[in-house]
Amino acid sequence: MKRLLLTASLVALTAVPAFAARDQIRIVGSSTVYPFTTAVAEQFGKSTGMKTPVVESTGTGGGLKLFCSGVGEDTPDFANASRPIKKAEFEDCAKNGVTDIVELEIGFDGLSVAQSKDAQPLELSKLQLFLALAKEIPDKDGKLVANPNKTWKDVDASLPDVKIEVLGPPPTSGTRDSFAELALEAGALKIPAMADMKKADAKAFEKVWKSIREDGAYVEAGENDNLIVQKLVANPNALGIFGFSFVEQNANAIKDIPIDGVEAKYETIADGSYKLSRPLFIYAKKQHVGTIPGMAEFVAEYVSDKAIGEDGYLAEKGIVTLPGAEADKTRAVAKDMTPMSAEGLK
Amino acid sequence: MTEVRDELVKKRYASERRFRFYGAAALALTALFLAILLVDIVARGLPAFTEKTVALDVKVDPAEIDPAQLAGGNYDKLVKDAFRAEFPQVTGRAERKALGALLSTGGGDALRQMVVADPALIGKTVSVPVLLGADAGIYLQGMLTDLTTVAGKATLNIARLEGEEGYVLSGDTSGESAEQQLGLTAGQVVRFKGGALRVTGMQNGYVRAEAILPPELPVITLPAGQWDSLTFSVPESNRRISDAQAVWLEDLKSEGRIQTSFAWRFFESGDSREPELAGIRGALVGSLLTVAVALALALPLGIAAAVYLEEFAPKNKLTDLIEVNINNLAAVPSIIFGLLGLAVFLNFFGLPRSAPVVGGLVLALLVLPTIIIASRAALKAVPPSITEAALGVGASKQQAVFQHVLPLALPGIMTGTILGLARAFGETAPLLMIGMIAFIADIPQGFTSAATVLPVQVFLWSDLPEIAFKSKTAAAIMVLLVVLFALNAVAIYLRKRFDRRW
Repeated sequence: MKRLLLTASLVALTAVPAFAARDQIRIVGSSTVYPFTTAVAEQFGKSTGMKTPVVESTGTGGGLKLFCSGVGEDTPDFANASRPIKKAEFEDCAKNGVTDIVELEIGFDGLSVAQSKDAQPLELSKLQLFLALAKEIPDKDGKLVANPNKTWKDVDASLPDVKIEVLGPPPTSGTRDSFAELALEAGALKIPAMADMKKADAKAFEKVWKSIREDGAYVEAGENDNLIVQKLVANPNALGIFGFSFVEQNANAIKDIPIDGVEAKYETIADGSYKLSRPLFIYAKKQHVGTIPGMAEFVAEYVSDKAIGEDGYLAEKGIVTLPGAEADKTRAVAKDMTPMSAEGLK
Repeated sequence: MTEVRDELVKKRYASERRFRFYGAAALALTALFLAILLVDIVARGLPAFTEKTVALDVKVDPAEIDPAQLAGGNYDKLVKDAFRAEFPQVTGRAERKALGALLSTGGGDALRQMVVADPALIGKTVSVPVLLGADAGIYLQGMLTDLTTVAGKATLNIARLEGEEGYVLSGDTSGESAEQQLGLTAGQVVRFKGGALRVTGMQNGYVRAEAILPPELPVITLPAGQWDSLTFSVPESNRRISDAQAVWLEDLKSEGRIQTSFAWRFFESGDSREPELAGIRGALVGSLLTVAVALALALPLGIAAAVYLEEFAPKNKLTDLIEVNINNLAAVPSIIFGLLGLAVFLNFFGLPRSAPVVGGLVLALLVLPTIIIASRAALKAVPPSITEAALGVGASKQQAVFQHVLPLALPGIMTGTILGLARAFGETAPLLMIGMIAFIADIPQGFTSAATVLPVQVFLWSDLPEIAFKSKTAAAIMVLLVVLFALNAVAIYLRKRFDRRW
């Protein structure tokens, strides 16, 4: 018995260096883009007969770090991102020899603030969200004080007298970053004192809108959005923050809260009138075209009408599709695999 | 004096009774929690083990199939066309699309298999079970909305409006308002043979309705009992299946065309983004490969280390240090081992990402301390008299250990090893770092192909928005639990079978 196990372990060890050149596309990155890229990967595998790409869910930052670690078989071919690549990341890529990156915008993701179907319907503005959730808010004289608001009525007299309780993702999540940027920063700028502060001390201002309160009004509910849905159903007074596709799929349990009077819908996100939305990207390593089989075909599948088109299968999965002109732009970039430039990166 | 003693005795008895009660209560509470957990998981998971198919007569059109490339034919189109042919009155583009959406994107797979197995079917009409999509499936399981069907009590007259969209519904001429006679309210659906209408409201004593499935004739009279009113508990805007789709499914159901069967697919296919197609096989194979590597490495190394440390190593500062370190390693958080795997196996040795061999190496490191500690305890439990007797009749130390002590300690070692492996089976954190938390649709073919494992599959499915993945998640947990129970059962069996007491 033991001899057998010993031989088995030796066989396992000697088998290790025998792996051949990679014939499978590898994708890393954002957990927000993951449900869409996996759907494309599956279709690609089915329709071309090639191996289905491996899609890892590492988060945007972690994914781009891996993506930029170099060129070659042991680095990923694509990175999913729920925000544009940062300048620092682009430079890191260049330093490691990843010089030809193709940026493809594939659609939008809306962030929803939602509540249980059974709850009294609310309507919020970005300013109210900031006043309810920021760790420190300016008082009457514009001096920063620890957030004193306990109920929504404290935030704004027109809102109900209900305890502020918002369930949302933890700081490690890209969703949280986007929420802070799209809702809280924009909300803070509505206060004159804050707008002045941005001009005077941008760093300090950033700290104000990035710090979400930790006194129980904002509950970190983990990365799992399904869990937040369940908690909202159990507690009709609570609000939740998550991706638009979850609200859409769970429409029998939760409903979206209009922000500044605009409801989150496919139409309002696509035309930009709903402000809590962000573009989604995939980044392709052009230097792998030709070495890793299927790169061009995968990009072609991704930008095809049956995938990111208005009636495509990604729309079915909850992506908000690009308006026609933008989609054409993405297709043109994909066709020639035009590398991006560092211009305009933050 | 005796009174005091009686008092004391009474107190002691009371204390003992209380203690027994606490113990029993703790046990009962634990059992209750466990039962709630299991019942909840099984109740959620059971729907994933069945699948809904609709029996269709499909004409295998030679135009869609290249005989040289049987598998490449457009079977999905054949199946969808056959399905649409069931509802000839559905003509609008959007309606036809909604109809097609009821079928799974893998709906043509069964037909493909049949034709590939028997090319003679081309040109004939065959009856195939076609898989329904996930949304249709959960609707039919009653998880989307409750549906109350009431047979119509009065005569129903339906007339198509001239010049505008819509229909008016009325009862007989008995004087009561149509609303009272028919018992219809806005939002309800009236279903009859050949059509379905949705009630929009009341007007001038008539009930107004719009078409879901437009009937052929402009004027219809239906006696009581020939029509049904359908009430959905969840309004149309809040569910993934529209009224029209629900009516189509109800039609098929009442014709007995929808079959429920055991979902072998769940055990036969890999991961998929379509809930009805997703299976556990890829993760199960990945788990077995990973744990096989871990076992093959950790067992011989662990036993050898334990035997040396327990029986041969001199007792000095160095071995003490090693012992302390092994005990500490057993308590190190598992993510640390993942970081180690990333740094050593991937970055330094250049092994492939997401491969079971790397996962196995990391998990081997993880369970090694557990195995060494369990093995040492088992070796220690063998009475010294065994060794002494062996030495006394002239055996060498090595002979005494390998021929007498080790066989007696083996049941204990096996138990410890299997419990260690059970832990390895349930680990996800160390695999995050080495890329095994990934969507992998293909079933792994070997130790170096990309793979994921059961607990990771649970984690990935639990995070997807589609409702049908909830039951898949619970079902995957059930499979994981069965594997773990089986491992524990083996451990218990080995202990019972070979254990010796002194």
